[in-house]
Amino acid sequence: MIELSNLSVHFGHAAALRDANLVIERGDRLGVVGESGSGKTLLALCLMGMAPDSARLTGQLSIDGQDMARAAERDWQRLRSRWVAMVFQEPMAALNPLRRVGDTVIEPMLLHDGLTRRAARDRALSLFEEVGIPDPDRRLRQFPHEMSGGQRQRVLIALALACNPMLLIADEPTTALDANVALRITDLLQRLAREREMALVFISHDLAAVARATEDIVVMYAGDMVERGRTAAVLGAPVHPYTKGLLGARPDVGVAGRNADGKRRRLPTIPGSVPPLQGLPEGCRFAGRCPVELPQCATQRPAFTQTEVARGAACHLLTEARHD
Amino acid sequence: MTDVPLLEVRNLTRHYKLPRQSLLRRAPVLTALEGAAFSLRAGETLGVVGESGSGKSTLARLIMAFERPDAGEVLFQGRDLHGLTAEELRKLRRGFQMVFQDPFGSLNPRRRIGWSIAEPLRANGETENITHRVAEALEQVGLHPADAGKYPHEFSGGQRQRIAIARAIITRPALLVADEAVSALDVSVQAQILNLLMDLQDDLGLGMVFISHDLAVVASICDRVLVLQHGKTLESGPAADVLRAPKHPYTKTLLKAAGVRP
Repeated sequence: MIELSNLSVHFGHAAALRDANLVIERGDRLGVVGESGSGKTLLALCLMGMAPDSARLTGQLSIDGQDMARAAERDWQRLRSRWVAMVFQEPMAALNPLRRVGDTVIEPMLLHDGLTRRAARDRALSLFEEVGIPDPDRRLRQFPHEMSGGQRQRVLIALALACNPMLLIADEPTTALDANVALRITDLLQRLAREREMALVFISHDLAAVARATEDIVVMYAGDMVERGRTAAVLGAPVHPYTKGLLGARPDVGVAGRNADGKRRRLPTIPGSVPPLQGLPEGCRFAGRCPVELPQCATQRPAFTQTEVARGAACHLLTEARHD
Repeated sequence: MTDVPLLEVRNLTRHYKLPRQSLLRRAPVLTALEGAAFSLRAGETLGVVGESGSGKSTLARLIMAFERPDAGEVLFQGRDLHGLTAEELRKLRRGFQMVFQDPFGSLNPRRRIGWSIAEPLRANGETENITHRVAEALEQVGLHPADAGKYPHEFSGGQRQRIAIARAIITRPALLVADEAVSALDVSVQAQILNLLMDLQDDLGLGMVFISHDLAVVASICDRVLVLQHGKTLESGPAADVLRAPKHPYTKTLLKAAGVRP
């Protein structure tokens, strides 16, 4: 359905996204994790045809057989909503505060599907029910500020679903929400993807949410896809040192803050910080922060090595192990 | 040796009047915090957990004496903050400082960070050794003294949070109130900042009230936990007990949300 091959995005000479390869089929639930500057949001914007004007795209981005990497805005407009729709992090910022949420949800149906107002309203009602908004009739007439953060995020999901997209991209959909609300939104997105056989790309830095919502996962670092595989496999037994570092740095509820002797236990960290776009290392982009560096890491970019079916990582350690 | 706790909160309650719904009826009242109570010793950390609207930020503002409670007391080193005169309170303030969630919003973008870090000293009327103390605070949070001449936008999110912490510790406080201090940070940066807070506690004997919605983070740094919902204390106790065997269903949901593996 959607295929990226060697898709790169350059700003000037710096590659903010490098050789992204990805295949998304109907019903796939893919998690994209990484920290700020990893390129995960840029990847989402590329899938929506919304990369900034200053970005230069190379490689292929094909949606339903059409190459969209260099497509015009007009072609994208036809694809958006029907093929891809997006849910953003901050539901208050994504909704027009001066419009009733019902009008916002109905608009794309009038524009893209040419429905009558009455038919669009009926569909909006059933969408609100589908995403779990109680008393939908009254809610349609409300303004964003009259709703809680969780309700607003549900409205945005309903809006994204308005034209039955094949792919729903959720960019940090739970970050601004309370923990238990986030949990319910995560479960909702997962359920919708299954029931509608819709593909879901779930972008988040929250490993717990990604673990709940997705089946496959891609780990990104500084514009590179460094590890991928089944979500349970990658999070359960990470291969790439960055993935390991990320999982290690995440505090664990089961581990107490003090050792038996009463000393505070420090968390494992990844030293340093993500390099800026203009100062990326030449070889592996994780070089300099990696705890197990080999001589070639600083100069040679590691190739993506497949270790099993649909599982692998871009790390010199993997090829090194093979040669032994 | 005294037995006075660093911070003692007794039966703390705060109501807010909401806008009137009708001219003829009284304005409705929201109970933001009801009967909160705990005590904290030097070097200890109390985690305050709850969702938005649970009263955790109200609790922080009352502890910081930014506003007054409707009932109850906040005893800092044995003195009730809300029973002091404005002048007495101002003098005592150097003893307790706060770190906010958004380090970008709490630093003046048009001032060099050295100026922002020294602000609490100026507020106390201190004029001596300011440059030296700013340099010292910067080193304590893992930054370089020369960074004092830079502006906030020259730093990453994690570094800005270090700057905010430097500003909080420059008055050499005994108590730090951290309101979602690591929530806006990436996982690896978050771990660095949590470690920094632990280092500072060990080095300076700081007591800390650590407000967070993330139980995993709370588990890693707190000795005791207080779970709030709609202003009421649902449960409280040693972190190990509350997290291993939560009594309240709400705490269980929070635990579920914090687990990496489903």
